[in-house]
This record gives sequence, C-alpha cells and structure tokens, in this order.
Amino acid sequence: MKKRQFALTTLFISLIGFALPAAAQKKYDPGASDTEIKIGQTMPYSGPASAYGVIGKVQAAYFKQLNEQGGVNGRKINFLTLDDGYSPPKTVEMIRRLVEQDEVLLTMGTLGTPSNTAIHKYMNTKKVPHMFLATGASKWNDPKNNPWTIGFNPNYHSEGKLYAQHILATKPNAKIAVLFQNDDYGKDYFNGFKEGLGAKAASMIVSQASYEVTDPTIDSQIVSLKGSGADTFFNITTPKFAAQAIRKVSEVGWKPTHYLNQISASVGSVLKPAGLDVSVGLISMQYIKEGADSRWDNDPTMKDFKALIKKYAPEVSPDDANATYGYAVAQMMVQVLKQAGDNLTRENIMKQAASIKDFQVPMALPGVLASTSPSDFALFQTMQLVKFDGKNWIEFGKPVAVN
Amino acid sequence: MSSNLLSSENSIPWIRIVLGLIVACILPFFISNYHVFQASMVLSYAIALVGMNILIGYSGQISLGHGAFMAIGAYTSAILMDKMNIPYWMTIPIAAIICLVVGFLFGLPALRLEGHYLALATFALAVALPQLLKFKHLEFLTGGVQGIVIMKPDPPWESLFGLKLNSDRWLYFFTLAVTLLMFVIGWNLIRGRVGRALIAIRDQPIAAASMGINTPMYKSLAFGVSAMFTGVAGALSAILVAFVAPDSFTVFLSITLLVGMVIGGVTSLTGALYGAIFIQFIPNIADQISKAAPWAIYGTMLILFMYLMPTGIAGAIRLLGEKLRISRF
Amino acid sequence: METFIHQVVAGIAAGGVYASLALALVMIYQSTHHINFAQGEIAMFATYMAWTLINAGVAYWLAFIFTILLSFSLGVLIQRIIIRPVENAPVLNIVVVFIGLLVILNSIAGWIFTYTIKAFPSPFPKEPPFGLYFISSHELGSICVTMMLLLLLYSFFKFTPLGLAMRAAAQNPDSSRLVGIRVGWMLALGWGLAAAIGSVAGMMIAPVVFLEPNMMSGILLYAFAAALVGGIDSPGGAVLGGFIVGILENILGAYVIGTELKLSVALVMIIVVLTIKPAGLFGKVIVSRV
Repeated sequence: MKKRQFALTTLFISLIGFALPAAAQKKYDPGASDTEIKIGQTMPYSGPASAYGVIGKVQAAYFKQLNEQGGVNGRKINFLTLDDGYSPPKTVEMIRRLVEQDEVLLTMGTLGTPSNTAIHKYMNTKKVPHMFLATGASKWNDPKNNPWTIGFNPNYHSEGKLYAQHILATKPNAKIAVLFQNDDYGKDYFNGFKEGLGAKAASMIVSQASYEVTDPTIDSQIVSLKGSGADTFFNITTPKFAAQAIRKVSEVGWKPTHYLNQISASVGSVLKPAGLDVSVGLISMQYIKEGADSRWDNDPTMKDFKALIKKYAPEVSPDDANATYGYAVAQMMVQVLKQAGDNLTRENIMKQAASIKDFQVPMALPGVLASTSPSDFALFQTMQLVKFDGKNWIEFGKPVAVN
Repeated sequence: MSSNLLSSENSIPWIRIVLGLIVACILPFFISNYHVFQASMVLSYAIALVGMNILIGYSGQISLGHGAFMAIGAYTSAILMDKMNIPYWMTIPIAAIICLVVGFLFGLPALRLEGHYLALATFALAVALPQLLKFKHLEFLTGGVQGIVIMKPDPPWESLFGLKLNSDRWLYFFTLAVTLLMFVIGWNLIRGRVGRALIAIRDQPIAAASMGINTPMYKSLAFGVSAMFTGVAGALSAILVAFVAPDSFTVFLSITLLVGMVIGGVTSLTGALYGAIFIQFIPNIADQISKAAPWAIYGTMLILFMYLMPTGIAGAIRLLGEKLRISRF
Repeated sequence: METFIHQVVAGIAAGGVYASLALALVMIYQSTHHINFAQGEIAMFATYMAWTLINAGVAYWLAFIFTILLSFSLGVLIQRIIIRPVENAPVLNIVVVFIGLLVILNSIAGWIFTYTIKAFPSPFPKEPPFGLYFISSHELGSICVTMMLLLLLYSFFKFTPLGLAMRAAAQNPDSSRLVGIRVGWMLALGWGLAAAIGSVAGMMIAPVVFLEPNMMSGILLYAFAAALVGGIDSPGGAVLGGFIVGILENILGAYVIGTELKLSVALVMIIVVLTIKPAGLFGKVIVSRV
C-alpha cells in the first residue's frame, strides 16, 4: 500500500515536473501569442524623407513571404508599419497607438534621428523593445540608461572618424572641404570626423558648407568649397544631394579625394543618376551587399532578395541600397526572434538582442559580423573601406575596428 | 459675411456649451490613454486655429507662417522647463507674452503688405524659422538639431473624486482649462471693440480709418494676439509631446493650420474645434483608406469639403440649423 | 575673384531655374488673378510624363513637344473640372483647393513613380560651353530657353488680341463678358498655358536637381519670391526677380552670412524689399478709388 502510494505520488510529482517547465517555457508579453508576433514600425512614407519608405516596403514583403513559409517558430509576423511623415509629433502619436492600442510586442527599424529621439524616453519608460533603429546616431548605444533601445546602423560618428583617420594615414597634409546636411545626422558625421582629426582638425579643414533638405540645389556650396583650394572633400549628403554634389564636383573641374558617407553610397540610386564615369575614385564604407554589385549575382541571399521584390514589391528597384538594407534588418530581427524561441517576453527579446555572437547577417558583407553584449549594443564592430572603380565598390584594406 | 455673424452670436448657446463641457470632462475616463492624448492635441490645435481666425477671418490679413509662432511658443516652454526648471503651467503665460510681442513686432512691417505679398512674407517666416532654430550659436538654448526632450509632468493628485488620474488625463484637463480660457478671451475680443474695429478694417479700410480707427495699430495688434493664441497652442503641444525639434515645425505645419481654419469655418469659434478635429484625424483615416497614396485621399477630401461646405463645417452646421428651423414653420 | 565670378554665374544659373517657374506663376496670375501653389507639382508631374515617354524610347524633342501638349490639356482639364466649381468662392477656399491639388499630385506621383531619384536627360551637350567651367552647357541652354519663353509670353500678352482678352478676363470678368469675351475659356486657356510653361521649366530643372516627387518644393518658394519681388503682373519682372534671388542667395550664402542662416537673411530681405516697394520692384501699385 505504501509502496503504491509512493509510486503514485512520485508519478504525480514527476508528471507535474514535466508539465511545469513546458508550461513555463511559453511566456508571452502583449503582442505575442501561440500564433502571432506583432511588430510595430513608423516610417516616412510621405514628406521630405519619403525615399526611405522603400525600407518599410521591403520589410513588409519579407515578412509576408516568411509567413507564407510558416513564420518564425510557427508564429506569423503581424507587421504594422505606419507613416509618420518624418514629423516627430506624428511619430509620437503613431508609436503610442502601436504600443497602447495595437499592443505590439516590439518596434523594429523606426526611421529618423528626430523621430526616434521623440520616442526614446517613452519606449524605455514603457519597457517596450525599441529595436534596430534606422539611424546611425551615436546616442542609441546606451545600455546603461536606455536598456530597451538598440540601434542597427554603424555609427555615423565612428564612420566620420574612420575617414579622418584614413586621411591622416594617407594624406597628412590634406586640405579638406566638408559639405554637410544641416541636421542631426550631418552634424553627427561631421563631429566624428573632426574628432578623428584631433588637434589637426582646425588646420586641415579649410572650408565647410551646409545645406538644408529644403534647398533646391547645392551648386553654390560646391563652388565655394572648390574655391577654397581644398584637395580632399568629405561629402555628407543624403542620396539626392549626393548625386547632385558628385555631378557638380565633376562639372566644375574639381578633382579632390572624394569621401562619400555610407548612406548615399548606392550604385543604383546615387552613382548611376550622377554618372558612373564621374564617380570613379569615390571612397566610402560598406557593410551591406548592394543589388547593383555584380559580385553578388550568384549569391543565394541576393537571388532570394531579387525574387522577393519581383513578386511582392515590384515597384522597388533591386539596385536601391535602401532595399537591401531593409532586407538585412529584417533578417537580423528574425534571428533574434529565433533565438528567443517560445519565451517571447520583452525582457527576453532584449536579452537575446544583447547576446548576438558573431552572427553573419546573410545580406551583410561576408566577414562583417554582428555582435552585441550587455554593455555594448553596437551591432557592427568593424567597418570596411571601399573605393568605386566605375562599376562596383571594391574593398581595400582590412576591416577597421570601431567603437 | 460679417453682419449676421454678430447678430447670431448675440445669444450664447448656454445649454450646448454646458453639455459640451460635461462630455469633455467625463470623456478621458472612458477612452484609452492614447485617445486622451489625441484629444489633448485636438484642443491645442483648436487654440491655434482661433488665433488664425482672429488674424485671417476677422482682420483679413493672411498668414502662411503661423507654424513659426507655434514653434516659438513650443520652444519657449521647452527651454523654460528644461534649462530653468520652471514648472510647466507657468510656461504657458510666459510663452503667451513672448509670442504676443514677437507677433506684434512682425505685424509692424507686415501691415504694409497686402494679400499675396503678406502671404509670401509669412511663408518665408515659416521656412526660415527651422533654420534659425538649428543655428549653432543658439544651440546652447535650442538644442540645435537635436531638439529638447522634456519631462512629462505628473498629475498633482492621485485621483479626482475617486477617479484615477494619470499623466495623460491630468494634461488633458489642464489643456481643457487653458482652451476654455483662451476661447473666452477670444470671444470677448471678437465681440468687443477690438473685434468690431478689425471687422471694419477688413471690410472697409478707408472708411474705418476716416472714422478714427488707428488701422496700423489694430492690424499689428491682430498679428500679436493671433501669435499669442498660436504660441499658447505651441507651448501646450510641447508639453504633450514632451519633445521639440526643428523638424516638428516645418512649412507643412503652417499649411495644415491654414487648411484646418478654412475647413472648420473662417470667423467661427466652434469652427476652430471642427478644424482641429479634421487636421488631427483625417490624415489617419486617409491612411487607413489607402496605404498607397493616403495624401491623395486627404487632398481629395480637402477639395470635396470646399465644394460641399464652402463656409466650413461650422457654416454648414449653421445652415443646417437654419434650414431645420425654417422647415418647422 | 574667380570664385566670386563663379558664384555669380552659378547664381544666374540657379536664378534661371527660379525664373522659369516664376513665369508659370505670372502666367496663371495674369489670367486668373490667383497664385497657384500647385504650379510646381503640375510641372513635376509633367516632367514625369516626359520621363515615361523618353524611357519608352521616344526621342527627346518629340517627347518634349508631346509633354507640352499633354500638360496644356492637363491644365485646361484641371481648370474646367476642379477649379471652376470654386471660381467665385472666397480666396481662402481657392487656396485650400490649390493645396489639395498639390498634395494629390505629389502623392500620386510618389505612388506611381516611387520616391527614388531618377536621372532626366538634357538636350544640351555634356561638355561645358567654350571650355568654361563656370557654367554647364545645360545651364546656359536653360537660361536661353527661359529668355525665349519670356519673350513669347511678353509678346503674347502685349501684342496679340487673345492675350489682351485674357488679361481683360482676369481683371474685369463682368465687363469682359459684356464685350463678348468667353471668360470661362480664357481662364482655362490661362491654366493650360501656365501648365505648359511649367512643364518646360520642369524639364529644364530635372537634369540639374534629379527627378523625384519633392523636386519642386524647394524651388517653389524661391520662384514665389522671385515673382512677387519682381512684380507679379510683370513677366520681365519675374524673370529679373528670379536672377536677383538666385545671385543674392549664392552671394549671401557664400560670403556674407554663411549657409546656416541663408533663409533668415532671405526672409529679412523679402520683408525689406516689400516694405519699401509693396508691389514688388517692377509691379504696379493698384490704386482703388473710394
């Protein structure tokens, strides 16, 4: 009798023991369930930054296809992307709607430095993962004070420093001219650049000019910069103005060593309109594969990407660097979700995001690995310099570690 | 356009106002915090539109640049709260005074300009202000391109009459109180000597001047008062959104305010409220109707509203009311 | 010194761009007494139509002419269908309709053609004229086209009976009707011509700034300023205004105040000019009798 009681009790306890972890394994915060994961996003589909809307479109297509293939761990991704017109008050309104009304689990790839600054405190107060921001501002890497925010883009500040250090190493007596967009992103690059030049910044930078997004052309600025006699040019511009600048530089007969910021280094959307022949010699940084680069014609990820947009987003051009960027971010997101498994609490999502170990995002350049730690949320620890040869960006030198 | 306006506003619709107030007061306890936030934004826009009404409707001067005054009010509030630790409720009257003065000063040269030329000058103001806010020598004050992040104020009491208060609800009531105050001020201005002088200047400027009305003074005053209203709206919106940046105050904001005023109903206080609801919610609705070209829907609605309700929503409601009253006989 | 000359010439080139759009604004004002804020978007849309034709293989000059005709029809259609119902409405209502039109055209262009920039071909050779680096052949060519448009416009309004009829219809519709002028069709014609001029402006501007739906928004303000500062009822004044705005903008930005305060200075300038000459530099002050 006692033996049977003992056996039954043991059986009972062991059954509970098996059941408990199984029940404890599936943990959900608002936005996650057995069947779906809700992801929110704001993106400038209208307004002055609407060219970046392609990013959201590609990501929506990616998740749609993923859902048709079964989703992540059996759950479909419900991707809610809303237009904020690049206006911070609108971003606040849309994000509040996504978090409070639609109850998304996390946000992914919200775009724009002012837009993200507006919701930065809110997301961290509400403890909602604010992930993979589509901006390279340095302030997103702050796990101590803002543990719920993690960026994606390599830091603008660090990239500016990278070019400065390259100039110091290759052309220490250079006379530098700088053109920058008069906003957060432009100044972030410029400050990094100046920091990289250190004490020599004041003597090496002989001329600088800014422009507004609302300016029609930047011809006047280029004329001034050329007139200063500079032989090196750091071009901090968004795609439309980058194309204008590259063309104008060649038109006025100026032949400086020309550094171009990464966000405008797209062969398809910037160099082709500007003119491939006049873009030869441009120096930039790359970390994502580009559709126009013939090196990746047989690359499986690139082939998948091109097939995806052909089917689900035919108005997007495969040569648009924004498109492959959006794809890469989506891939990173899926990786984090896979790592989280059935524990879809917001806390666990951030924990997984803070412990990415040398992950090769398929759409990133081979060798450019993503790594994070609880004290350092910067995804990409190295940057690769590239030079344009008239057809493609060619890597030169070894990847440089940045902080 | 002018005369029946005054006569129909002789009788204050007390019942409607009291009913409206009761609804406004119990509303936040029945809707989500996010909607309370939206409602507060609507109220702040309504104040701005009253300001535009005073200038454009009653004084007949056009402005395509009122977003600039909203920016000045918002930044005043943000700087006072962030840099000088002044409590949020004190920043509202300070912002009001500063905008009154700035608006008046802008109105002085502007009063020489008519119609299109004034439109251009105000348009240029709207375009120039964001650049000024980013100016590096003012960065210590304005935060430059980064803008200023503000702490959202906490409610002073945990609950009111047993109903729980949180930050959003408290700010809603605060905004409601300010809105009521501004509406009362606006009402008194319009019905008083100032309003009558402005209408006279608008409709018959030469006759008004020959009757002894100091036209330049009143016109500049109209600018100042209008800027004051819009500045208060800006200060409120800064507190609600808890963030100001140059990108929040583009030319598009000025155009949106103009659209809101016309759609709501020029020279109508209730029109300001309708217009505010329009500019806050219609873009969201348009986005839901068509994700591909939402602004095309918005633009179409603008045009349709102008066809069907040329006197604005307030005008249409008034016409409807008159029709119903006539049909009773 | 060389840079200074270069800046001035660049200013003239930029000014040419503002002047061409300003001409369209003047055209619409002279025929309807309204300033059409949607003029830039109509020009942008027309340029996209040209781009579509050229992409489909049509030769440049053929596409150019076809686009002018298409835009003319588009302008007439817009006036007849969208503007006519509010013709006699208060000015503000008309302004809102213009804004609605602006937003619709912008949104549809973005939807059909996306927001990525596109290169637009120039009919002028790539090499700089006479080997000079101050100005490109395209910029020089565009200025010549603008001057030709100016001449055509000026002669049209001054010397042709149709031009006179249009001016009359805008200035005094009632009396014009009494004299037998079909006012409605005059307005439609005015819109058609303005759209046509705008399309030329767009096709001259796009090779420089690259074609995208927001291409005209920056230019519209300067064109607006140019037209008003030069005198809204004077085509010559508008063009001159355009060049003045272009040159001053460049010189101020480069030498006087730096690019970071350019717009504020422009604002002050506009207010100063208009305070001294309220109807613009070359405009006529309308005196109304009591």
